[in-house]
Amino acid sequence: MAEIQNFTMNFGPQHPAAHGVLRLVLEMDGEVIQKADPHVGLLHRATEKLAESKPYNQSVGYMDRLDYVSMMCNEHGYVLAIEKLLGIDIPERAKYIRVMFDEITRVLNHLMWLGAHGLDIGAMTMFLYCFREREDLMDCYEAVSGTRMHATYYRPGGVYRDLPDSMPKYQASKWRSQKDVDRLNAAREGSLLDFIEAFTEKFPGCVDQYETLLTNNRIWKQRTVNIGVVSPERALNLGFTGPMLRGSGIEWDLRKKQPYAVYDKMDFDIPVGVNGDCYDRYLVRVEEMRQSNRIIKQCVDWLRANPGPVMIDDHKIVPPKRIEMKDDMESQIHHFKLFTEGYSVPAGEAYAAVEAPKGEFGVYMISDGANKPYRVKVRAPGFSHLASMSEMVEGHMLADVVAVIGTQDIVFGEIDR
Amino acid sequence: MTDRHETQAARIAERFGDKVARVASGCGELTFEVDKDALLEVATALRDDFGYEQLIDVCGVDYLTYGKSEWKTREATDSGYSRGVIREDVILDEAESFDPKRFAAVYHLLSVQHNRRVRLRVYAGADNPPVIPSVVDVWNAANWFEREAFDLYGILFEGHPDLRRILTDYGFIGHPFRKDFPLSGNVEVHYDAEKGRVAYQPVSIEPRTLVPKVIRDDNRYRDELHDLRDAASDG
Repeated sequence: MAEIQNFTMNFGPQHPAAHGVLRLVLEMDGEVIQKADPHVGLLHRATEKLAESKPYNQSVGYMDRLDYVSMMCNEHGYVLAIEKLLGIDIPERAKYIRVMFDEITRVLNHLMWLGAHGLDIGAMTMFLYCFREREDLMDCYEAVSGTRMHATYYRPGGVYRDLPDSMPKYQASKWRSQKDVDRLNAAREGSLLDFIEAFTEKFPGCVDQYETLLTNNRIWKQRTVNIGVVSPERALNLGFTGPMLRGSGIEWDLRKKQPYAVYDKMDFDIPVGVNGDCYDRYLVRVEEMRQSNRIIKQCVDWLRANPGPVMIDDHKIVPPKRIEMKDDMESQIHHFKLFTEGYSVPAGEAYAAVEAPKGEFGVYMISDGANKPYRVKVRAPGFSHLASMSEMVEGHMLADVVAVIGTQDIVFGEIDR
Repeated sequence: MTDRHETQAARIAERFGDKVARVASGCGELTFEVDKDALLEVATALRDDFGYEQLIDVCGVDYLTYGKSEWKTREATDSGYSRGVIREDVILDEAESFDPKRFAAVYHLLSVQHNRRVRLRVYAGADNPPVIPSVVDVWNAANWFEREAFDLYGILFEGHPDLRRILTDYGFIGHPFRKDFPLSGNVEVHYDAEKGRVAYQPVSIEPRTLVPKVIRDDNRYRDELHDLRDAASDG
């Protein structure tokens, strides 16, 4: 009889279902996985070391590039840590804007996840549907910060500027007729808040559409039910956070349990799974999109009724307005100092965590009283999730690896840092 | 700081005695410095008896240049100062021993059932290479975090099942997050047409400091700093 031998297979780092640059070394017994060893670090850019060599404000942009599908949530964690060390409180309006954009980011992230996860396990249409809605939310990013992805919008002390009164509009071109452009611009005639409100009106209908395609879909269920089951005890011990933890049935959400910004004033629910498999995590994330939509709506109402400042007034931390600099010597000095050497932060250490779409995104910062952080440590949720890859895929078939990568919502920007 | 914090701090201090030392934190967070040899005992008890069932993060720290500024104003006024930083020879950790407070691992724990957090700091001591006991058996989440701290700082975690490099390249030399490791690194890669593959060569970038690190006893925080120092000497 021939000798039976396990063989080792290389998955990635150039595989479309590896969600970036994941290299998995799989030990296979026929079609069944015995062990998976993820090799990460192919996207390592030493973000933390770079942040240690720059004044505080100059690293906000790096945070966008960590988890590059939930940009503003990363910024939020970083600026919260600085604000904690500085001991400052930001204006109420800035908090509402931050919450609103955190939730817009959550929807963006979950749409990206849903589209990619669907595509990985054979649902082509989802990708097109999800990107249709993502486009609108990207436009919100663009309207408020000028860029569609790497916004650098949150700053220590508030947000960069107030919400704009007009939306950028499409223009007719060789590829787009005037009729198409008019249809696309219909919701863009008013302010950004009008646009977001119109989006929240239509979005629950869109989520219904996604659910029609997937929730009771036979193939979808065959690919996800009872795949990658994690018990609540294991989820805690493995350091899971966010939907990965909630999918296993533990009701834990920093927005409710340790509220930051104005989440304590928001009315929303935390969805929780039962079995801890890929299907439950799918249901949790889809419900989270609906809840995010509720939060966005509440923020829009509040922001409409309450104008006010969006930055603190302390020019030792926040640069003065351009107009003030024209004829005020002190403002000019403040501006010069802030943009050359930055501000120094009192010595101490702080850990600030936000509920990012993927889980707990934390920033641990040590300051020695200088104008640069002494140590910045980014706690990326995906890092602990991917670490448990081997445990989650053991005994499953090769094709299920793709489903598990999808359900973990892996993004290499944050894992490799 | 809230009462809840204080009660918890008192309970932990009472339970572990002189194995842990409370450290003042300006931000209302609970921090303890734990004796290296008692780490496993403290970790197990914190998980089982205090309900910290989750290890959120393990973070290596190198305190080599803590509190040192790169640029002294008075000297620079006399001589002017250059942007270039003189490159020193590649340091491959040949020191006999380190300052015992140079390397540390910082653990962030979270209790989901009690909704509490705590931070532990363990100094690695004077040995080269620095060694700290591994907490993988207490919290499995520590596996990759400890690999990361080993990769970036060269801290060895005793009892870790699989201590390999994780973030740097295969065959990387050195521990890049140490403060004496240059920001631009020691090597760069290029495509060698003769050999027909990618090859390493010494880095050609001039090291530069665009913004010098200045430490200032800022007037605005002077009172708070004093409070912090007082609290530290009391505690």
